[in-house]
Amino acid sequence: MIHVLNPGLQTTVQDQGRIGYYEIGMPPSGAMDKYSYTIANLLVGNDENAAALEITYMGPTLEFREDTVIAVTGGEIPPKINGEPIPMWETVSVASGDQLSFDFVKQGARVYLAVAGGVDVPVIMESRSTYTLCGIGGFEGRALQQGDELHIGNATRESIRIGTRVPDALVPQFAKSHEIRVIMGLCSYRLTEEGKQSFLSQEWTVTPEANRVGYRFKGERLGFVPREQPFGAGSNPSNVVDLGYPIGSIQVPDGVEPIALLNDAVTGGGYATIATVISADLNRMAQIKSNEKVRFVSVTLEEALQARNEVKDKIAQIKQVITENGR
Amino acid sequence: MIRYEYGGDEFVFVELAEEMSLEANFRGMAITRKLRERQLPGILDICPSNASYMIRVDPDQLHPDALISELENLEKSVSLDDFQISARLVDVPVLFEDPWTHEALMRFRERHQDPNSTDLEYAARINGFTSKEELIEAITGFPYLVSMVGFVPGLPWCYQMVPREQQIEVPKYVRPRTFTPERAFGFGGAFAVIYPVQGAGGYQLFGIAAAPIYDREQRLPDFKDAMTFPKQGDIFRYRSITMDEYESIRKQVEDGTFRYLTKEITFTPDEVTENPQRFSENVLGRLYE
Repeated sequence: MIHVLNPGLQTTVQDQGRIGYYEIGMPPSGAMDKYSYTIANLLVGNDENAAALEITYMGPTLEFREDTVIAVTGGEIPPKINGEPIPMWETVSVASGDQLSFDFVKQGARVYLAVAGGVDVPVIMESRSTYTLCGIGGFEGRALQQGDELHIGNATRESIRIGTRVPDALVPQFAKSHEIRVIMGLCSYRLTEEGKQSFLSQEWTVTPEANRVGYRFKGERLGFVPREQPFGAGSNPSNVVDLGYPIGSIQVPDGVEPIALLNDAVTGGGYATIATVISADLNRMAQIKSNEKVRFVSVTLEEALQARNEVKDKIAQIKQVITENGR
Repeated sequence: MIRYEYGGDEFVFVELAEEMSLEANFRGMAITRKLRERQLPGILDICPSNASYMIRVDPDQLHPDALISELENLEKSVSLDDFQISARLVDVPVLFEDPWTHEALMRFRERHQDPNSTDLEYAARINGFTSKEELIEAITGFPYLVSMVGFVPGLPWCYQMVPREQQIEVPKYVRPRTFTPERAFGFGGAFAVIYPVQGAGGYQLFGIAAAPIYDREQRLPDFKDAMTFPKQGDIFRYRSITMDEYESIRKQVEDGTFRYLTKEITFTPDEVTENPQRFSENVLGRLYE
């Protein structure tokens, strides 16, 4: 059992996500940085879909009430056991009574805490992920609070040797300015040529509205092609007849402040979406903080698929390392 | 012209038409239902929307370009002539000009096109009605097709089954509200909606539904199989009720006995588009027979 002494800013239970329910308006939720999340599970020998804790900006203080094995990955929010620093990206043992806490965030925005066996919460629509807006999944449908007691499950596949480490070359580094790759399209035909150029050439600043629902950016206004609006769309030039929103899609209501929709976003609506963040870069997007700078880079589908394969290759390499050194 | 677009490397978006119509919606329904029957490996989500649809795909199993070719073939083979929709007719009681949505809309007047009217007064005026009562009559006089479900779990986009010239159209708020009460009945573009849960929203607020459309605990009998009630293809009739009936329904919801008045129905797109007025009258007759 894990006892929550202090919940941190926002700590939620997440797994790969609630996939397959878009049709009823259910967003996938799930870990925002799937690369870090997956590796945390691998390091403790878990099933790859085991539930872990996603910790944002300010870490929680947790007391373990049993001996177990943990791993902390993701952005750099340095973890400590009983006040002593412990390594990230490494298999670590904890004893009953040990307290896990975190220092201030150094880089990135989110860390993942996996515990051998996974966090045991009810499975709702094939997932243990928390979707707070509708109070679904995770621990009672909400972020952790002081006094919560989390049970540890039995999602362990194998036991991993303590001290097993991810090679430094495979640990992501997070800067304060970011290049995020997108595929232009969906409704980008609604932007003027200057609008498209401006979207790709300017440096956007992440506003304080940057959470699991989405990230909002500040910059110069983008121009839409004037037209007589099609029936049913609504009167603003950025309106279209309500349609589905892909995860990672970027919309620009009224031409100001683009919004990138993420794991807990609304699944559809009536704003023109002009581009979509590629799957490989959604992981990096999750580690961006308010006030940091972002440039969007347009890539082709083939380049996006190649980037996706690079992420998969890295995870395969880490599996190899764990197979060779961890057993 | 059908438009195919990549939504990153995991989504394919298909726009059947830029403007909303019953025909475009039925077409999307027919295509996505056929696609579902095919059970292609690598398809994770099929999300039909108003005049478009979206597929979530695992590109490691099915290349988005291969999916698009598949969809192009499918679209050629789908005909609305042999397409039948089996759905529910549902009586949806709504209390118009209720105190809860009134309070919410008054809080956000500075985000509205016309801060000196209520949403209902404004919508009545721009749609050429002489009073808000006339608008309520137009809203409740004819049924709606649930043309899409989304935004948040269970929110139905509802498109009225009347000729184009009779359809009500209203803009969304100039800036969206940060608060909308649970079960608020709103209108935006050409769509009526019920907000399943409390949250943000930009549609004009006209009233509140008495019964839930989302029930997380699945306490009510209508929610035995799913937390969400509306399904694409359902036909909803919004019925104006009094405060007395509203309170009586709230009591039934609280003690777990409320059930929507529903009837099963099978219909074809042609029946609707050839004469929406006649279809609507038949539907209402069947629902309350």
